[in-house]
Amino acid sequence: MSAGSGHEWIVRTKGVVKEYTMGGQTLRALKGVDLDVRRGEYISLMGPSGSGKSTLFNMIGGLDKPSEGNVFIDEVDMAQLDAAELAYLRCRRIGYIFQTFNLIPVMTALENVTLPMIFAGVPSDASAEKGMQLLKVVGLGHRYHHKPTELSGGQQQRVAIARSFANDPALILADEPTGNLDGKTGTEIIELLRTMNKDRGVTVISATHDLKMVDVSDRIVYISDGQIERIENREDIKISLGEMHGSGGLAH
Amino acid sequence: MESAQTPNQPGRLIGGAGQRQVQLPLAKAFSIAMQNIRVRFWRSMITAAGVMLGIAFLGATFGQSIIEENTPVKNAQGLSAQQAQIQKEEAKTRQNWLVSMSLIVCTVGIANSMFMSVTERFKEIGTMKCLGALDSFIVTLFLLEAGFLGVIASFIGFAVGFLGGVLMKIFQLGPEALEYLPPLRAIQSLGISVAAGVILTVLATVMPAMKAAKLPAAAALRSEI
Ligand SMILES: Nc1ncnc2c1ncn2[C@@H]1O[C@H](COP(=O)(O)OP(=O)(O)OP(=O)(O)O)[C@@H](O)[C@H]1O
Ligand SMILES: [Mg+2]
Repeated sequence: MSAGSGHEWIVRTKGVVKEYTMGGQTLRALKGVDLDVRRGEYISLMGPSGSGKSTLFNMIGGLDKPSEGNVFIDEVDMAQLDAAELAYLRCRRIGYIFQTFNLIPVMTALENVTLPMIFAGVPSDASAEKGMQLLKVVGLGHRYHHKPTELSGGQQQRVAIARSFANDPALILADEPTGNLDGKTGTEIIELLRTMNKDRGVTVISATHDLKMVDVSDRIVYISDGQIERIENREDIKISLGEMHGSGGLAH
Repeated sequence: MESAQTPNQPGRLIGGAGQRQVQLPLAKAFSIAMQNIRVRFWRSMITAAGVMLGIAFLGATFGQSIIEENTPVKNAQGLSAQQAQIQKEEAKTRQNWLVSMSLIVCTVGIANSMFMSVTERFKEIGTMKCLGALDSFIVTLFLLEAGFLGVIASFIGFAVGFLGGVLMKIFQLGPEALEYLPPLRAIQSLGISVAAGVILTVLATVMPAMKAAKLPAAAALRSEI
């Protein structure tokens, strides 16, 4: 690590444990996770259902608190942030994308995209202009006045992606962004995220079951039963698969 | 406040001192609250109907009680002044009891319809927290919505209920029933009913909304009903 290593890690988790207690029984959803994420990286969290991906996602995004251990963002312990600092972070520095889209049902596509800007105190005309521009980037400029119920799943997810970029975040957290989409739409969404990552230098951490994600990720973190099983670099996978299939491409 | 904030640096999460979320101006919360009521118009009307029914019941009880209380006891049976007084006291106790009962019925009705309307929006509360809403903003939003619905529904409910109660008395006693309705008492019961309606509506909304706003965002997002 170089002297400027403080600038290299955008997220680090140290011994993160999360326990859920239900009816007197304790379930360890995370059993001590150490994960370091570089700035500008595209990381995929892979693992079977129930392995703890969403739980880890919530810890990194400041949506829940670990039972033990720490999450550092830009080397600052998240536990030290108070409610207003966390809200600031969630509003302007982190963009969230969910498997279930989570758009506000009474608001149009454009209003959904501008809501984080309103929370950030951006004047309405400036936020409307930027909202339209973001909707155009995700290919939905012409559907700006539609409510979520009038949009397809893929279109709703595009709105959610546009919304996650509203305040130019440094980190995008995507929890199974393609989970409810068909293969082709899923690929488009993944490509959109990759483009945003490349063009804007935004760090992307995405939980997924989707093997197509491997194609675009810099690193793949395999989680199983609340622990990191292994971490692979994309180059390594390409090479090993290339050897196996005699070509550079992936079968998926 | 804004000027004290260090500007964001691209690619970095933590920018430095003063990077704290500030409360939105009330006008903004008000416009979002009004939009929520407007867009959910029919859902809002059904919720409001729960409040209206409760307050209408209260208003009807008031209308009847006031007239009954002020109707002179007919001394046809040759009751002594003391007996007449006792009968009047008994009538008053009965009316108080009726008003209390209807207040309880209307509390349960209002609490039920407002609780439901907040619970079905827990996920929305979680989403707003992810987008940077402060807990206090969420509570303000629900307070404004509930206050607005409560005022409108209580006035309409009272008008309908009170008129209904008075009409029933007119059928029973004839037009002179109106002579036993002191305007001051009518206004007083309007005040009590509207205050009860608004307070109950706001409490039944804000208590669950506060609870949901205080939850970690992850928990609010998970709630499915
Ligand atoms: N709020 C909660 N209360 C109780 N248990 C929970 C809660 N959230 C998660 N769990 C449990 O923690 C474990 C990990 O769940 P998590 O949602 O993180 O899995 P996941 O890897 O995201 O799975 P999937 O791929 O199905 O989304 C599961 O056993 C789950 O039942
Ligand atoms: Mg999950």
